[in-house]
Amino acid sequence: MTIPISYYLILSGVVFLTGIVGVLIRRNIIAILLSVELMLNATNINFVAFSDYFRDLGGQVFVFFALTVAAAEVAVGLAIIIALHRSRSSINIEEFNLLKW
Amino acid sequence: MSHLFFGYFAVMIVATSILVVALKNPVYSALSLLVMFFHVAGLFVTLHAEFLAAVQIIVYAGAILVLYLFVVMILNVKQDDRYHSQWRIAGFVCVPLLIEAMVLLSGGAGSRATGTRAAHAPSAEAIAPDNTLAIGQTLFSTYLFPFEVASLVLLVAMIGAIVLAKREIGEPDSASPMVHPKGAE
Repeated sequence: MTIPISYYLILSGVVFLTGIVGVLIRRNIIAILLSVELMLNATNINFVAFSDYFRDLGGQVFVFFALTVAAAEVAVGLAIIIALHRSRSSINIEEFNLLKW
Repeated sequence: MSHLFFGYFAVMIVATSILVVALKNPVYSALSLLVMFFHVAGLFVTLHAEFLAAVQIIVYAGAILVLYLFVVMILNVKQDDRYHSQWRIAGFVCVPLLIEAMVLLSGGAGSRATGTRAAHAPSAEAIAPDNTLAIGQTLFSTYLFPFEVASLVLLVAMIGAIVLAKREIGEPDSASPMVHPKGAE
């Protein structure tokens, strides 16, 4: 009795949409980075589900690479947050509008 | 039985991911993300990816989330009480996407996608019982070059983080600017 692949797709779609909503509506930069982590985890669920579905280990290896990129993103992102907090003493996203249209 | 496990993990993953976005305090958001990582790891175990489940807990819950909590504690941010004024745009983008996903998946779930897995599998070798061994062999044979590129990405990220976060030599301590008022001259 196996679980159909579409269940995993729905689950990861819901998690990914939650991440998009979090990126768009949160004002705290740390919460925005946490939402990006949500989106990366949604893609990881997709990769592993398809890896099990097709009996191919390539999906799991790609989750490995996604993990690497997530670690790099967190390191650089948190360094940027610390630098921003040092220069403006705020991490509210609405105060950083220099590059906004 | 497997449906029961999947239902539990799916409900917990969705609930905690919504909590990550909805909670005001970043510490609580990070902690609910921790719960979500553990449940994603459990889902990986049910999908026969035991090595990735362990890596998920060690790297995500052990390293990345600790880094988040560390920065939250360093910055000592006041919790923000309001959401971004962009939330209307967020709803405008996401509600149609959600409806579209539901329509697509409900159309495809009944007929095609629930077919037996063996019929779709491209008759490759079955996933080995030793998941870690199989991943290692795949990683160091087929995906050797991306593996090296990933190490390069990590090196660049490490150097970039150090350069971004370090203080310039001779730069005054901006965290307590009032301690040395003469330093501004």
